[in-house]
Amino acid sequence: MNSEVARASRAVAERPLSPHLQIYRLPITAVLSITHRITGVALALGLVALVLLLMSVAQGPDAYAQVQWWLASPFGKAATWGFLIALFFHLSHGIRHLIWDTGHSFSREWLTYYALGELVATLVFTLAVAVATVARS
Amino acid sequence: MNYRSPLARARGLGSAREGLNDWWRQRVTAIALIPLGFWFAFCLALLPSASYQEIVAWIRAPWNTILLLSFTLIVFYHTMLGLQVIIEDYVHVDWLKIVGILSVKLVFSFLTLAAIYATLRIVFAG
Repeated sequence: MNSEVARASRAVAERPLSPHLQIYRLPITAVLSITHRITGVALALGLVALVLLLMSVAQGPDAYAQVQWWLASPFGKAATWGFLIALFFHLSHGIRHLIWDTGHSFSREWLTYYALGELVATLVFTLAVAVATVARS
Repeated sequence: MNYRSPLARARGLGSAREGLNDWWRQRVTAIALIPLGFWFAFCLALLPSASYQEIVAWIRAPWNTILLLSFTLIVFYHTMLGLQVIIEDYVHVDWLKIVGILSVKLVFSFLTLAAIYATLRIVFAG
């Protein structure tokens, strides 16, 4: 009898205590929320690269030549555009957070539309930079 | 019985005394980074095709110098606060959390200094 009670209470204790990644499917708002953090970390790594780049320019043409070779390679270009897409997503979702901080736009019906809006904004900003870059180079 | 004075409640300070500072600075730097982020993005896209002479000339242009310095100062501070929040949220071993936060602060202070030093050296060195 006692062991049954213990087993029952253990079963209760082992239940997930909050919405759990393996139990609930993530809605798009949750996916974007964690993407905000992931892009934040990715951008931090990109900033480390920016410091290395500035230091190489300060060191002179020879040091920069190596960095430039890497930047012009397909990997360097992909990293640059990956950084830009991450930056625009983080910026769009960041503005969303600033609006939330004012206490507005928490209504359930609009959450998904705002989430889709962030993705569209990211795409539009990235395309704008792409067009401007082609036009200027 | 609530021992906190109405003044303490109005100031919004908890037992940590300055719990709101980091949160508030994260928002202020975020607002500053909206225009600076757009500026940086449009400039960064041209970088892969820039020669050494072009990039030096670009950094030496007065408005670019001051915008780049503002961007680096603010973005590194914003990044430091953001990484600290992530560590606080996911690392629950006390000593690891403290080591993590201290490392982030020291490393990003160093990187800020390096970025500013490099920029000023490019601008002022012959």
